[in-house]
Amino acid sequence: MANKVFSPVNFALKEEKVTRNNSTNGRGLVGISKVRTGVKGLDEITGGGLPQGRPTLICGSAGSGKTMLAMEFLVRGALEYGESGVFMAFEETAEELSQNVASLGFDLPTLISRKKMYVDYVHIDPSEIQETGDYDLEGLFVRLKLAIDSVGAKRVVLDTLEALFSGLKNQAILRAEIRRLFRWLKDHGLTAIITAERGDGTLSRYGLEEYVSDCVILLDNRVKDQVATRRMRIVKYRGTSHGANEYPFLIDESGFSVLPLSSLGLQHQASTQRIPSGISGLDEMLGGKGFYRGSTVLVSGTAGSGKTSLAAHFTDATCSAGQKCLYFALEESLSQVSRNMKSIGLDIKKHVDKGLLSFQAWRPSSYSLEMHLVRLHKFVEDFKPDAVIFDPITNLIMSAGDQLEVTSVLTRFIDFLKMKQITALFTSLTDATTAAETSDVGISSLIDTWLLVRDLEINGERNRALYVIKSRGMAHSNQVREFVITSRGVQLIPAYLGTQGVLTGTSRMIQEAQEAAERLRLEHDLERKQFTLETKRKTIEAQIAALRAEYEVAEKEATSVMEEAEAVRKQRGADRLAFAKSRSSNGAEHGKSTPVLERK
Amino acid sequence: MKKSQNNKSANGNGDEERWILRLYIAGQTPKSLAALSNLNAICEAKLKGQYKIEVIDLARQPELARENQIFAIPTLVRQMPVPIRKIIGDLSDKERVLVGLALEEAAV
Repeated sequence: MANKVFSPVNFALKEEKVTRNNSTNGRGLVGISKVRTGVKGLDEITGGGLPQGRPTLICGSAGSGKTMLAMEFLVRGALEYGESGVFMAFEETAEELSQNVASLGFDLPTLISRKKMYVDYVHIDPSEIQETGDYDLEGLFVRLKLAIDSVGAKRVVLDTLEALFSGLKNQAILRAEIRRLFRWLKDHGLTAIITAERGDGTLSRYGLEEYVSDCVILLDNRVKDQVATRRMRIVKYRGTSHGANEYPFLIDESGFSVLPLSSLGLQHQASTQRIPSGISGLDEMLGGKGFYRGSTVLVSGTAGSGKTSLAAHFTDATCSAGQKCLYFALEESLSQVSRNMKSIGLDIKKHVDKGLLSFQAWRPSSYSLEMHLVRLHKFVEDFKPDAVIFDPITNLIMSAGDQLEVTSVLTRFIDFLKMKQITALFTSLTDATTAAETSDVGISSLIDTWLLVRDLEINGERNRALYVIKSRGMAHSNQVREFVITSRGVQLIPAYLGTQGVLTGTSRMIQEAQEAAERLRLEHDLERKQFTLETKRKTIEAQIAALRAEYEVAEKEATSVMEEAEAVRKQRGADRLAFAKSRSSNGAEHGKSTPVLERK
Repeated sequence: MKKSQNNKSANGNGDEERWILRLYIAGQTPKSLAALSNLNAICEAKLKGQYKIEVIDLARQPELARENQIFAIPTLVRQMPVPIRKIIGDLSDKERVLVGLALEEAAV
């Protein structure tokens, strides 16, 4: 299917053009002006709404949502654009309608009592009607006029005119009157929706499209593989460009949601802000700071490799930082995830209670792929999260079975999230028998950060290892780290690269023990050597001390001898003087003996 | 506002005005006038003295269109006797009018 690219920017330009055309053009050209329907997504694909003052035909098979769409057009008009409306019902009474649309959250009785809306039920029962001769539908006109005047209506819904065809036999009169009715609606400047049942090979069973030439919208509810998808297509919209594709839509408790985008284009802003992954080891691997805000993270791995635990860590980190996280679970319920994550020390439930975490779980087979996408959009639009977790995307293939379609849907979803600067974390289950790189639903090129969790089966053990395949725009580790799930969360441990590859688990522990022993041995060695050295030092020091002591003794001895000698010498001198004194007659030869004494 | 045409009945028994017929029109259009004259003719022929015709102009009383579930003009409603029956058109097909009003049996 060739996808035409629509971007809001394109539409904005077109709308601007229309407005300019409407004002003054110099040449008096007037383009189509449009009335916003207020229906989510419809105004985007129609480039601004339905043609103002003209009838629009909505056709579709039974149960395709024609009445709901028409009703929402009126209700939104009344509530959001201050335009009251008239609903002329041919099939249901006002009470029935009120009950039916109450499920969309529309309070018809209040709108009616506040004169914002007027519901007129036209009862046509062919069994109690006899046609005799010429007539017209002036009665219908009278009622319509009264209804419009009583609330000052700008919008009109006729649901569905075809009841007239089954009630009345004179087709010639009927067709002439319907033509007159459309003319009348146009002349009164009423923006109208006419619903019609889809015919066999034609847009409407009674060919109403022949009268409504301005805008025709086709609703469809197709079933493929027992799963229904609602789709909408603008068959024609005269005088304006419009989205030509089929757009999936959703009817739920808040009304219609049409998914306007086939592709948003690449116009998103890239943030430089980083957000933690919730696992310090992983942040470390990603340049120490974690993911980029608004980036798309894919965690792929085989069954039981810890993908959900990783996702839960990220959820916990996001919510703990006070930001909002939206968790889509296609495998487990909230209570299951919450229980399981408690076992690794993460309390997910408390974030739900605080309103920071919205947990949406459903079976992938409940909806078709496009309905999934519409739902995802709606939840994101409603909750306005900072981060989105999708666990796991691989389950989407189960609902589609078509790889191409899944890729297309995920591309759109990722583009949408990037536009909104929402960080997304997807988990993906890979087949153990094929290479992880090839089996990731073909979206790897859309992914900014791709983590692979792998099972390693060595020595009778299964262990987990994580590595970063890629991470755009940041320095990231090339290491394979062991991914250990403990009761206090996930931890990343640098793994050992041995001769047989990466060592994990017991092998790693053995390796660690061996290293520890080696280290211990070395330490002991060192200690011993130090001890020996110390002993030697002490011995030598002792020897030095002994020698010094010996020397000191010798020195002392020498000193005392010298002192003694000096004393003796002095004494001798004194004695000699004394002798000389006493023997003044004695000769000088006595003195010659002194040097002998000194020498001693 | 209801314009009533009360046709005097000749046989003064209790059957007087057993038939109440309402004709809804919207303005004095040729179709409406034709319907009224056709109706008068039929009633005179079949129900002489037992009927009352009320003509309601929706151009003046539009709210009655909703109340009485009128969408085609002209519409003849057999109010009495019950059950209510509706005949739309200018009543030019006399046979069908008789069938529609279930007058065939009544006349017999």
